[in-house]
Amino acid sequence: MAQVNKQISLESASQYFFNGMSLMVGGFGGVGAPPSLVNLILEKNIQDIFLISNDTGFPWIGPGKLITEKRVKKLIASHIGSNPEAGKQMQDGSLEVEFVPQGTLAEKIRAGGMGLGGILVDVGLGTVVEANKEKVHVNSKEYMIETALTADVSIIYAKKADLYGNLVYDKSARNTNPLIATAGQITIAEVEEIVPTGSLNPEEIITPGVFVDYIIQSKGVDWKWVWELKQGTGSQEGQRSK
Amino acid sequence: MGLGIETRHRIARRAALEIKDGMTVNLGIGIPTLVADYIAKDLHIMLHTENGILGMGGSPAEGEEDGNLSNAGGYPVTIQPGASYFDSATAFGIIRKGLLDVTILGALEVSEKGDIANWIVPGKRVPGMGGAIDLAQKAKKVIILMNHTDKFGNPKIVKNCSLPLTVREGAHMIITEKAVFHCENGQLFLREIMNPYTIEEVIHTTGAAVIVDEKVSVFQ
Repeated sequence: MAQVNKQISLESASQYFFNGMSLMVGGFGGVGAPPSLVNLILEKNIQDIFLISNDTGFPWIGPGKLITEKRVKKLIASHIGSNPEAGKQMQDGSLEVEFVPQGTLAEKIRAGGMGLGGILVDVGLGTVVEANKEKVHVNSKEYMIETALTADVSIIYAKKADLYGNLVYDKSARNTNPLIATAGQITIAEVEEIVPTGSLNPEEIITPGVFVDYIIQSKGVDWKWVWELKQGTGSQEGQRSK
Repeated sequence: MGLGIETRHRIARRAALEIKDGMTVNLGIGIPTLVADYIAKDLHIMLHTENGILGMGGSPAEGEEDGNLSNAGGYPVTIQPGASYFDSATAFGIIRKGLLDVTILGALEVSEKGDIANWIVPGKRVPGMGGAIDLAQKAKKVIILMNHTDKFGNPKIVKNCSLPLTVREGAHMIITEKAVFHCENGQLFLREIMNPYTIEEVIHTTGAAVIVDEKVSVFQ
């Protein structure tokens, strides 16, 4: 049997994107979001995206770019504070936003990826979070039923992949990526380095390749602007125009 | 209106006294981030971040930053011996299971019962709750650091919050530039004021019922 090879060119990944798709994007505050795939979605002029992401990054970093370019019609996220464009579109009604507490959002995505229908959560009882939620009592404790989330396409970033799609992440750039990797009908991983199958230590693989459909070679990442700011080089890359 | 840098650091210095040896702690963004600078160096503390680090260290030296190692605000950090990395579900499992001894957060309003509002001003500022609800509801001790009053001089410690809540009866302690309050059994106790404020001044600018201890100390 020929060895599985899930590597495809960046350009050919575009065939999996379509108008109106639900899209999960990995990352946390832009760190660990797949820049080459986000740029590809922009270039291919994909519209009316239903975006699910921990947050909206910055106006020109992470999934925030899709919002700045008005490609997103609905968003589920925990936080949009670092992306003023998202707040503006939410206020003028052009972007529908559903906020979910960060831990609950992660767990809803994990539930979707693990084949569950939903989870029982008490985080947010007594707040607006409980509006319209079905409730149950288990062992005389009250919980909300939080339904699982999946997406047509998941795009993620990892440090290394082998050709089978086994993934290894790097430090805090792991964040939501292993969860989102499992929850897409199609999952595409953008990676810094692609290695032969068999060369990763099985004990260190975080995402088993069976969850990953395609891997593409990253063209480089865009989330290090904050370092430049700290070093006082004056670059405002997080806010700048393209 | 923000607080002066010296005042912000005094609040952080006071908050750091609540962190004891062996604790697992999450520090929010803003003044809470400054608390790390004041934790006694001989304590063994595990700092937790929502983006997936337990055992976060201080800022790296210039030029030593790692693009894939940051705190929840995206700023470069280091790690301490014993640190671990994990995904967001585990990061919040740690919170939800009640494994954080202390979380230190900012707030827009806190009520005398300890209700916290810190994530939305409807129609004006709608950033989203991020991890604030998870943290405020689940940490064993919730310490709020904030300005005593808003930019118009209105009290931020109130009888009832007017903004949508983050958590009901979640705050254990409030530290402002003027005073330190303890929330216990639905009541607010004043046991400490910050130099140079007076008890009268503190009460005058607090919009809630305050029980003043017989002995009120002054934090310098």
